[in-house]
Amino acid sequence: MTGTAWIGELLQAARPQVVGALLRSFRDLDQAEEAFQEASLRALKHWPLNGPPRDAAAWLIMVGRNATIDGVRRGSKLQPLPAEEVISDLDDAETILAEHLDGSAYRDDVLRLLFTCCHPDLPATQQIALALRIVSGLSVKEIARAFLVGEAAMEQRITRAKRRIADAQLPFEAPGAVERADRLGTVAAMIYLLFNEGYSASGGTAHIRATLCDEAIRLARLLLRLFPAEPEIMGLTALLLLQHARTPGRLDDAGAIVLLEEQDRAIWDREMIAEGHALVQKALRHRRPGPYQLQAAIAGVHAHAIRAADTDWVEIDRIYAVLERVQPSPVVTLNRAVAVAKLRGPAAALDMIESLAVPLAGYFHFHGVSGALLRQLGRDGEARAAFGRAIALAHTPAEAAHIRQHLDVLARDAQPS
Amino acid sequence: MLYAILCYHDEDVVSGWTKAEDDAVLAKRRLVTDKLAAAGRHGPAARLMPTTTAVTLRMGAEPVVLDGPFTETKEQLLGFYVMEFASLDEAIATAREIGRDETGTLEIRPLRLFVPGTLPT
Repeated sequence: MTGTAWIGELLQAARPQVVGALLRSFRDLDQAEEAFQEASLRALKHWPLNGPPRDAAAWLIMVGRNATIDGVRRGSKLQPLPAEEVISDLDDAETILAEHLDGSAYRDDVLRLLFTCCHPDLPATQQIALALRIVSGLSVKEIARAFLVGEAAMEQRITRAKRRIADAQLPFEAPGAVERADRLGTVAAMIYLLFNEGYSASGGTAHIRATLCDEAIRLARLLLRLFPAEPEIMGLTALLLLQHARTPGRLDDAGAIVLLEEQDRAIWDREMIAEGHALVQKALRHRRPGPYQLQAAIAGVHAHAIRAADTDWVEIDRIYAVLERVQPSPVVTLNRAVAVAKLRGPAAALDMIESLAVPLAGYFHFHGVSGALLRQLGRDGEARAAFGRAIALAHTPAEAAHIRQHLDVLARDAQPS
Repeated sequence: MLYAILCYHDEDVVSGWTKAEDDAVLAKRRLVTDKLAAAGRHGPAARLMPTTTAVTLRMGAEPVVLDGPFTETKEQLLGFYVMEFASLDEAIATAREIGRDETGTLEIRPLRLFVPGTLPT
C-alpha cells in the first residue's frame, strides 16, 4: 500500500463501529454521519504525519464527538448550554479506554446501527439502500448504480428513509437478550436481502451488482464477529459465501444464465467454498438448525460435487425435508421438488408442486420449474403455457432469455421434420 | 536457526481488499519468499481463514469449546501445528488429546492457503 490509500482502508474498516458509537452519543443519524466525516477529515490531516493511532476506531470516535461538541459550543455562544445528554459524553483518555475495553457496548452499537436501517416502516429496498449508505459508506452514486436508478432518485429515497427514522423513536438503551435476538434476526434478513439484490443481477450489470454481494458478505462477517456463538449467523455467512462462490459460472460470456447443472465448476471460487464449509461445520455443532444453516448445508452439498452428476440428491432432499419442518413455505417445497425430480422422476415432483399453483401463481421460478417438468413428461402444450407465464414474470432480460430457449426448443420439436 | 514470521493485520482492512489488491500484496511478498524457497530455506507457510471460522479450546479439568478466535491478552502465542482432519469435530477431538491435563488454550482455525516449503528434511 502506498500513499494515503491505507487511511481510506482504515476509515472504511472502522466505519460501522465509529458511526454506531456516535449514533449512541448523538441519537441522530445525520449528526453521527457528519461527526464521522469530520473525524475522517482530521484523520487525513493527522495520520500521514503521525502514523495511524493504535486504535483507529477509538481515535475517530473521540475526535468525532469532540469536534461535534466544539461545534455545538461555538454555535451557541449566547444560547443556553447544550442539553445534558450531549455534554455528558465529553471525552478524555478514560473514554478511549472504555471504548477499547467495552466490547459489549461496541457490539450493541453496531447492531443498533444496522437495526436502525431495518426500521419496519421502511420498504426492503430502502432498508438496504440505507445500510449501504450509512454502514458500508458507499456513495449515493454507487448505490444508485447498483440499484439501476438515477442518482437524484436514490438521493431522495435515502433522505426520505432517514427522515422517517428520525421521526421514529429509536431504542437507545442496551437491549435485553430477547430484544437482541430479535434485532439480530431482522438484521440478518436485511443482509440476506442485500445479497439477493446483488445475486439476481443480469448480464451487463453483473459486475456492478457484485458489489452488493461483497458488501453483504462483509456485513455478515461483521455480525458474526460480534455474535461468534450464533449458529444462524454462521449459517447466513456460509450461505452467502457458498452462493457467491458460484458467481463466476452463473452467466456465460454473452450474459446468459447458465443452470447449476451446466456450470463450469472448475471456475467456482474454492476459497469461498472452503470458508463456507468451515462455517457450516461450526454451526452444526450447536445442533440448533435454522433456515440459514440448512440452506447453507444444501449449497454445501452442491459445492461438494465435482461434477453435477455427482450431486448427492438424497442428502439434498433430506435437508429440504428438515427445512420444510423448520420454515414451511411454498418456495421451499418448490425447491425440494427439484431434488425429488432427480430422485423419483418428474411425475412425483409435479404431484408435489400441484398444490403450490395458487400460492406461487406470481412466482417466476414456479412456472419455470413446472414447464421443465411438464416437458420431461412430454406434455408439451402445458409446458409451453407454463413457460409463457414464466416469461411474463421474468425480472431480468437474462431470465426471460433463458425461458425463451425452452420455448424455442419446444417449437422446434413441434415442427414435423 | 529456524524462525517463524507471524503476520498480523486488521481483518476488516484485509478482507476489504479487492482480489487484484490482494494478489498484488502476495506477488510483492513472493519476490522475497521465492528467493528463500529457491535456496531451500523456506519452511511451510500458511494463510489462515478469517477469525470467524475459528473455535477455541480452553484447556483445564473440563475443557471448554468456544466459538471464535483466541482473544485473551494474558496468554501469548507459543507454537502451532498444521494437521489434516476430515472434520472440525475430528480436529477438536485431537486438540483435546494434545492438550490433555494441561492449562492454556488451543485455537483451531482452518487454513486458506498452504505452502509446504523447501526446507531439507
